Amino acid sequence: MKNRSFISGIIYLLPAILYLLFLFVYPFFYGLYLSLTNETGNFTLENFKRFFNDPWEANTIWITLKLAIPTTLISILFAIPLAYYMRHGIKGEKIITLFLILPITLGSVFIAEGMLTYMGPRGWLNRLLMTIGLVKEPVRFTHNYLGVLLALVINGFPFSFLMLLGSISGIDPNLEKAAQTLGASKWQTFHQVILPLWMQGITMCLALNFVMAFTVFPSAVLLGQPSGPTRVISISAYQWAFEKFNFNMSSAVAIIMGIIELIFIMIVMILRQRGYRGASRIGKG
Amino acid sequence: MGDFKEIYIQELNKTFGKKKAVCDFNLTIKSGEFVTLLGPSGSGKSTVLNCIAGLIPITSGKIYIDDECIDDGINSVPAEKRNFGMVFQNYALFPHLNVFDNVAFGLKIRKVNKELITKKVKDVLDLVHLSEHIYEFPGQISGGEQQRVALARCIVIEPRLMLLDEPLSNLDAKLRIEMRYELKALHKRLGITTIYVTHDQQEALALSDRIVVMAEGKIQQVGTPEEIYSTPESLFVASFMGFRNIWPVQINSFRSDNEVSLRIGQLEILAKLQDKYKKSPLRAKGGNIPIFAAVRPEDIQIGDGPVNQIDVRVEVVEYLGQVKQIWATAYEETFIELSTINPLNAKPGEVIRIWIPPEKILVFSEEES
Repeated sequence: MKNRSFISGIIYLLPAILYLLFLFVYPFFYGLYLSLTNETGNFTLENFKRFFNDPWEANTIWITLKLAIPTTLISILFAIPLAYYMRHGIKGEKIITLFLILPITLGSVFIAEGMLTYMGPRGWLNRLLMTIGLVKEPVRFTHNYLGVLLALVINGFPFSFLMLLGSISGIDPNLEKAAQTLGASKWQTFHQVILPLWMQGITMCLALNFVMAFTVFPSAVLLGQPSGPTRVISISAYQWAFEKFNFNMSSAVAIIMGIIELIFIMIVMILRQRGYRGASRIGKG
Repeated sequence: MGDFKEIYIQELNKTFGKKKAVCDFNLTIKSGEFVTLLGPSGSGKSTVLNCIAGLIPITSGKIYIDDECIDDGINSVPAEKRNFGMVFQNYALFPHLNVFDNVAFGLKIRKVNKELITKKVKDVLDLVHLSEHIYEFPGQISGGEQQRVALARCIVIEPRLMLLDEPLSNLDAKLRIEMRYELKALHKRLGITTIYVTHDQQEALALSDRIVVMAEGKIQQVGTPEEIYSTPESLFVASFMGFRNIWPVQINSFRSDNEVSLRIGQLEILAKLQDKYKKSPLRAKGGNIPIFAAVRPEDIQIGDGPVNQIDVRVEVVEYLGQVKQIWATAYEETFIELSTINPLNAKPGEVIRIWIPPEKILVFSEEES
């Protein structure tokens, strides 16, 4: 019996193992190998040195962080109150959720195209703002930093909301009632009961959101200025690979991206260590 | 004990959308009393408790503590200002706090000074026998221990009123009886006015000073455990309190002032009625209001008796240790359930003789309340 369950275990795991091996592990190590060699195949750290010594390249890290960190914070800070408000379910929740999922399903290119016309200099939004007299000149929402930031938030906010709603719904609503009967105000209940239990979900959401924003490519190209202020790190990797055909250099950029993401996640996790890390529900005793 | 004389709930109504969850609920609870709301699920008993706690807004009605109106449907004292303690069915312990901090929660909110918190929490944990688990987390202790933490957390704030929402129903049978005993002892010792919600009649009988039986949002009967158990006022209360034999009957004749002859299908049975149960057969004598007779399985005797002898065929026998539960039929049409401590070895298919003491039969008309 034991032997059989071992074999069936392997069979169940096989698709996942194959997937990981061929589509993640192999390409990852191949990329790592490329990044650490030159075009003739000899080991070198030259690719990394070249990236950090060239301000035009190294600056992409800063540009990307400047987009990714505000995007993450804005998305989460908008999503937290909404998820909190909807934690016990409200009327019309399905419709609200549908509207929030749409941006994710439609994809960033579709949204970018929409934004280009809607928010462009002669778009609806600017005409509205000028008609009601808020602005005299059309505001530039596109082809700049603001455009990319907006596109990222439009994608990041519903993603954050859904993740946060999932994690807050997992908190037993009786805990709030208990806190209330023990004398806690709404704020005290939020601060002392909900937030500590929600923190796990919030940090997870923070990390994933950051990673998504940090790897931004289509929005930065379509809505930003890909040759200047929004030349994010993924554009650099793209240009090395498909404009200069230097795959070693391109891989090095990708590895740097990965390292920065890991550093961010580690910082988040270290901050997280301070709080409660167990389940948000108690199992049967 | 307590700093009030009585809690008065007047004409409490609660509707959820179109559904009436609680309908014209009136109740006065004296300080120190242990009152149980007893009813099947969906009877509105938990809703009443949540309304009293201030956790859900009431639709109409008033709740008073002496002369202080804490809720009139428009203005209400919020739950956190009522100083009522509540224990939930799933205990609702804070999973991120250890036992000490769970119990200390209410005191910290009240900004009690640290030494006093430590002392009070330790005292109350002693009281519920939890001192050795003080630094463990709720996830690390058993269900019974979690239950005690929930109680301790509620008691330590010295609530004016303690609200218990089916607190024992998640425990296993043995622990449930132990905790029931402890609850009772705790109530005797501390004298905290308590409202207890349960669907378990045993619990209600064992714990309460008074029981409020509820069904479909309405009070069916209020009384001491003895009153509820032996003189239920309606068919519903009777069936809920263990009168498992309920037969539709016709009135044959009145033999005397309190003796009435009833017909159940082909059976003829004599019932000796207490005053309380006379009015429905009297009313039904002329008209065609449906009448029912109710008898507890344990009141039916096996063997020959002075009256009401019936020969029944045994259908199913359940061995329950001390008692045997027997389902039988008379004339292939009337089901009779009896439980007996008689070591009789009846098998399905056998015919046995039973008799029903006339004074154990209650008679109700259908729409009593």
